[in-house]
Amino acid sequence: MVPVSYYLTLSAVLFTIGALGVLIRRNALIIFMSVELMLNAANVAFVAFASVYEVLSGQIFVFFVMTVAAAEVAVGLALIVAIFRTKHSIDVDQLNNLKG
Amino acid sequence: MILSEAANPGLFFNLVPWIVFFPVIGLLINLIFGRRMSEKAIGTVASLASGLAFVVSVLLAYSLSAVQGHAQTVYLAEWIHIGTLQLDWTFRVDTLSAVMMLVVSGVGTLIHIYAIGYMHEDVRFKNDVGRFRRFFVFLNLFIAMMMILVSGDSYLMLFVGWEGVGLCSFLLIGFWYDMDTLARPSTANADAGKKAFIANRVGDFGFLLAIFTTFWAFGSLQFDTVFSQVEHAPAAVITAITLFMLIGVAGKSAQVPLYVWLPDAMAGPTPVSALIHAATMVTAGVYLVARSAPLYSAVHGAQYIVAMVGAVTALFAATIAVGQYDIKKVLAYSTISQLGFMVAAVGMGAFVAGMFHLVTHAFFKALLFLSAGSIILGMERGHHHLAHGHGEHDGDEEVFDPGDMRNMGNLRKRMPVTFWLYMVGTLALAGIFPFAGFWSKDEILLDAKLHFPGVYTLLAIAAFLTAFYMGRQIWMVFFGQERTEVAEHAEESPPVMTVPLMVLAALSLLGGALNLPGVYTLTRWLEHTIEGAEAGEFSFMVAGVSTALALLAIFISWLLYGRKPLAAGQPDPLKKMLGPIFTGMENKWFVDEGYKAVFIDRYNDLAYFLAQTLDWKFWHDWLHEQVIFRAFKGLTRFLADPVDLGFIDAIANGLANKTKQASASLRRIQNGFVRSYALSVLLGVVTILGYLLFK
Amino acid sequence: MTVDLILFFIVALVAITTALGMLLSRNAVYSALFLVLNFATVAVFYLLLAAPFIAITQVTVYAGAIMVLFLFVIMLLGADALPESKVLPWQKPLAVTLALILALESVYLLFIRQTAAGGIGAPNAEFGSPQAIGTMLFNQYLLPFEVTSILLLVAMVGAIVLTKKQKGGQG
Repeated sequence: MVPVSYYLTLSAVLFTIGALGVLIRRNALIIFMSVELMLNAANVAFVAFASVYEVLSGQIFVFFVMTVAAAEVAVGLALIVAIFRTKHSIDVDQLNNLKG
Repeated sequence: MILSEAANPGLFFNLVPWIVFFPVIGLLINLIFGRRMSEKAIGTVASLASGLAFVVSVLLAYSLSAVQGHAQTVYLAEWIHIGTLQLDWTFRVDTLSAVMMLVVSGVGTLIHIYAIGYMHEDVRFKNDVGRFRRFFVFLNLFIAMMMILVSGDSYLMLFVGWEGVGLCSFLLIGFWYDMDTLARPSTANADAGKKAFIANRVGDFGFLLAIFTTFWAFGSLQFDTVFSQVEHAPAAVITAITLFMLIGVAGKSAQVPLYVWLPDAMAGPTPVSALIHAATMVTAGVYLVARSAPLYSAVHGAQYIVAMVGAVTALFAATIAVGQYDIKKVLAYSTISQLGFMVAAVGMGAFVAGMFHLVTHAFFKALLFLSAGSIILGMERGHHHLAHGHGEHDGDEEVFDPGDMRNMGNLRKRMPVTFWLYMVGTLALAGIFPFAGFWSKDEILLDAKLHFPGVYTLLAIAAFLTAFYMGRQIWMVFFGQERTEVAEHAEESPPVMTVPLMVLAALSLLGGALNLPGVYTLTRWLEHTIEGAEAGEFSFMVAGVSTALALLAIFISWLLYGRKPLAAGQPDPLKKMLGPIFTGMENKWFVDEGYKAVFIDRYNDLAYFLAQTLDWKFWHDWLHEQVIFRAFKGLTRFLADPVDLGFIDAIANGLANKTKQASASLRRIQNGFVRSYALSVLLGVVTILGYLLFK
Repeated sequence: MTVDLILFFIVALVAITTALGMLLSRNAVYSALFLVLNFATVAVFYLLLAAPFIAITQVTVYAGAIMVLFLFVIMLLGADALPESKVLPWQKPLAVTLALILALESVYLLFIRQTAAGGIGAPNAEFGSPQAIGTMLFNQYLLPFEVTSILLLVAMVGAIVLTKKQKGGQG
């Protein structure tokens, strides 16, 4: 019998680690992985609530999140490859063309 | 398309819009396709359009006789619906308009056919098909407008046609706007057109006043509605309407004092003079009075004025005609004189007599004009022949006027057909038994003798002078000896011109049968429309007097011009006998000069004053330059320096500078690093979450 | 302390450890492998939470497809550690501070809002089964389901277009 708040705490911790990854890493691939981690953290919260309230919609939502994540990864990795071709680097700090 | 109210399905009243549509179709065909059509095709299309309108008119007249002359209206389209003014484009077919339709389209068709030949022969033509097409487009437009005039069911619809024919008249008088009779550069024809238009403006102004007053007094412009209320209207109002209308009539039908445009209108091609300025358009005024018979019958004072205007015009113009040398000018003044007869007739209340004379006059005056055109062309051919035969093209040719009767003489030999046709027209005009003019003129004189003795006297003298000047013309043109070489070489015209003339001659000969004493066909026909159209008893006394006068006049003219033919260069024998009076006749009693001195010069002075003093010195120099310009300049300086620069610009520039500074410091945040943006997002999340938690 | 709870703590420890490993590895390949492990632990959580279908999907899609794709790209682009960067020197301390605040806020939120603190019992066997999910997906969520197929198609086309070598060569 695990209290649901444990799951939510775990979700919060994983999400924070993902956010931290996005903020402190410069490798675009790892930033991407961190984003995936954040999505997973959110999914855990979804499934936890679905179980608590016994509403299946939470799980369905996770299913859709996964689909979107798959699409996102496909496009995002393609973008990274394309950027690598022109910049010969995957360091996001090199990409500041939008400087105001 | 055509909505019908006609009760009888077997009759042709529904066709009435086609009297307008056929000429319009004709002119559209010529306008659109004329560029690629031959002369003959253009002329045929135009004549056919007019001819079809004639056929429709005949069918309408037949239908009308089948319903015992009851007036029919055919609704075509909604026109003006404003407040109490409810007007539609409605055609009115009654016996009066049917007569006008028949005359307009019948004579019009003959003249169309004649014009095919005439325009081709004209020395100015020079195979310019564009001009040829334009001429027939105008002619068809004229027929359409005239049909609108005579078939309209209200004063305003009539006015539309009235203005339309005025426009066509202007266009056709100035048809050769860039050259004179002998193709020399000149604007005289254009000026004549302007004169006609402006003189008609004066008349149309009166007519418009009449229309306004009618609407004000009766609340309608529909003929039937207006006429049914005449009994209840005050006499003063009706007098005002009828006299205003008289101004319009004087303009359109060339009565004193607005007749001056008609002689100048002879500048137009001869078929135009015949069609518009003799047979149809100028009779619109007579038609208007006849149409407004209930109004005129209600006020005898106005009737008397109309009759006097007509009679004075008849006599006045006849005296001028005696002193003219130009063959067309004589006919022009004769037309004015005869229009005076008609106006006098309708003024006296003898509406049928007036309409009768209108019809017969249309026949014989068209005949005379067209024959005159034939003579002029014959003379031109002679001139052409001579010039080429002798090869004397020196450049400064002697000015030769083919229309001057002093250049003619003995044309009977060279142009026999034209001679006989002209004789028929002359006898009809002079009022010799049994020609058409005899019957119609006599009816007018009879009526005048019975009711208006003063008018009768004037008209009788005018009739005498008519016979005299026509006799003078015949002797000068066709008899005696040739006064120039050109006359010796004049040539007869082709059949396309003479055949329509023969038809007109037959009509001039037999036209009197329309209203023979005892039978009174026309009277019975018109009395369906004009109430109180009574047939006067034929009086041998009146007929005898007028015939005797006419014969006497012709005899005198023979004494003067026939017995001892005029030699070349010899002055007119009347000049010796009458002295200054003849000079007056010759110079049209100096009316044009008088008008110039009294109206035109004063008008020019006024215009000059307005232009120089009022407009330039006061308005432009002083008001614009000094007052408005200076004040405006001062105001703009004030607005520009302290207000605009000091205040408005300061605000705008200050705002801009502040924005620029703010943005310069803000743009540092936009460093382009995605991680730093993400950090901002996280900062936002943390802040908002914190706020929500600890608020 | 039940078996459930012990299992949860062990797996949670593994999950957080692998997440931190992913975060802190110098080599991208290691990061990816840590993440695979993390995804596997999350799948275990799904099983604990009575979501077997989602757990299987998690393993298949995330640990299988997505992470393979990641590794593939890492191999393609090279997994070298990046050189030191001189820009944004305050980024790392600031980020860590903010992340800690975020975590504290979240946990604080959980503890002051006790409404959601019910335990998770054993739901009936049907809940979360592939059959129940399928029924719901193809009835109530049919339209979003179809829309995701379009989304995937677009993503596929986009990926192909983005990585295609452009004509004229400089791409």
